Amino acid sequence: MAPVLEVTDLVKCYGDLRAVDEVTFTVDEGEIFGMVGPNGAGKTTTIECLEGLRQPDGGRVSVYEKDPYEERRTVMERIGIQLQESDLPSRLRVREALNLFASFYAESVDPEILLERMGLQEKAKSPVTKLSGGQKQRLFIALALINRPEVVFLDELTTGLDPQARRSMWDLVREIRDQGSTVFLTTHYMEEAERLCDRVAIMDHGQLVALDSPRALICDLGIERRVSFYPLNGSKDLGLEALPGVEFVERRQDRVIVSGSGKGFISKVINALEDNGIDFHDLRTEQPNLEDVFLSLTGRAVRE
Amino acid sequence: MRGLSELTKTSIKLYIREPIATFFTLAFPTMLILIFGAMYGNDPSPIFGGLGSMDVSMPAYSALILGTIGLLSVPITTAGYREQGIFRRFRATPMRPLTYIASDLITNLAMTILGMALLFTVGWLLYRVQFEGNILLLLFAVVLSGLAMSSMGYLIASVASGARVAQVIGMVIFYPMMFLSGAGMPIEFLPPSLQRVSDFLPLTYVARLLRGLWFGEPFVDHLFEVAVLAGILIVFGAAAARTFRWE
Repeated sequence: MAPVLEVTDLVKCYGDLRAVDEVTFTVDEGEIFGMVGPNGAGKTTTIECLEGLRQPDGGRVSVYEKDPYEERRTVMERIGIQLQESDLPSRLRVREALNLFASFYAESVDPEILLERMGLQEKAKSPVTKLSGGQKQRLFIALALINRPEVVFLDELTTGLDPQARRSMWDLVREIRDQGSTVFLTTHYMEEAERLCDRVAIMDHGQLVALDSPRALICDLGIERRVSFYPLNGSKDLGLEALPGVEFVERRQDRVIVSGSGKGFISKVINALEDNGIDFHDLRTEQPNLEDVFLSLTGRAVRE
Repeated sequence: MRGLSELTKTSIKLYIREPIATFFTLAFPTMLILIFGAMYGNDPSPIFGGLGSMDVSMPAYSALILGTIGLLSVPITTAGYREQGIFRRFRATPMRPLTYIASDLITNLAMTILGMALLFTVGWLLYRVQFEGNILLLLFAVVLSGLAMSSMGYLIASVASGARVAQVIGMVIFYPMMFLSGAGMPIEFLPPSLQRVSDFLPLTYVARLLRGLWFGEPFVDHLFEVAVLAGILIVFGAAAARTFRWE
């Protein structure tokens, strides 16, 4: 089966800046595909080229084998878009917005069904400006789903939302996929990409630096795990350095941080502590995550 | 077509919900009738060739409505929609840009006619003003004038960086015209030198055309005004189409 989205050597420049610099990837049907990276990495430019809102300067993008810029109206019928920066007329009401956008498509979902699904029935008569951040985002998702799209594009969906609203957005995205749509999303929250996406493309300075499932990206890193704790026996030698898999042991104030890798690393450390008769409290383990993947690939943390 | 009718229906609702726009289009001209009617009454006057002050105000204030909508509403709304990213959201659907423009023009025409109807109703109730022309010719004049003024409005929106700048440019262009074109006050009240200035103002031709057709003067006597407005529409319409920006 042909991929749903194809991006081949995509280049988009703004003046001297190569915002997207020869990026190539494909997205398959039914995936939740995430593009992550810091602001300015080229995520929004890439997604907007796929949405047909921007014309590539080089390379090719296709949606169901059609050029979204040249065949904009045909492609628009099949995709749903939530934009990072857009708005609705302030005095427009929620139900009116859904009815209005439904009228733009040859086929559309009953707006009442979407109101219910997005939990917006009680807000149906509210003007757009009276909605909370999360409600407004749900309205924008509803607008993106109004034509029962085969591909849904979500650009920085959860930016500015509180953790609870963000989690409910994740459930919503999974639901969209489970109902049969392919999802392409961008985010600068690594945790979001890790939890939500089947595959993640990491962008930096307009280039694709890695592309795989979050688990594979983390495993490929071969990065160490960390165990940290407060020993209760003062500064006594812990005897952990010699343990197989341990790479180094450091002390930060009273806290001991043991870094290492390999199978069973964490249980080895704990067993050794018990064997050596060392009492400890507040033991924590840290798994490497996409944040570490980004750090190791680019040498920088993703947060500005 | 469903998109066009739904968009137009929605735009009209939004227009009416916008208190400032509604005031200037619907309430303000009517208020002028009340104020100037109280000051001057509607007795036949030789200055107006035997018509009353309120009689000549009917087509004049109709021109005022056309100017307000074309030169203020259109640029402010258009630049505002662009600035706020509303056009971006519309562009992310299969709707054609022309559908938006068509709906905007229909909405503004509907608001113009509504404003004129209100004006005439109040004028008739208080001063028994009469319409003496051909309604279809008047409608033609209103549509042509609306398109001409709106084409200027879209160009202002293109030139302006945002809604505020569009408002300022619109006001700078509109207010002198309001006083010097015969739309806001009778041209007969102006000294001859200022009357000559009015020849250079687009709204003057709207006011002259509407006044002539309102009082049943032959259409052929006003071909010059029609030609000027058509010229404005072509020149400004082409410039606006060339410079129109969705973001």
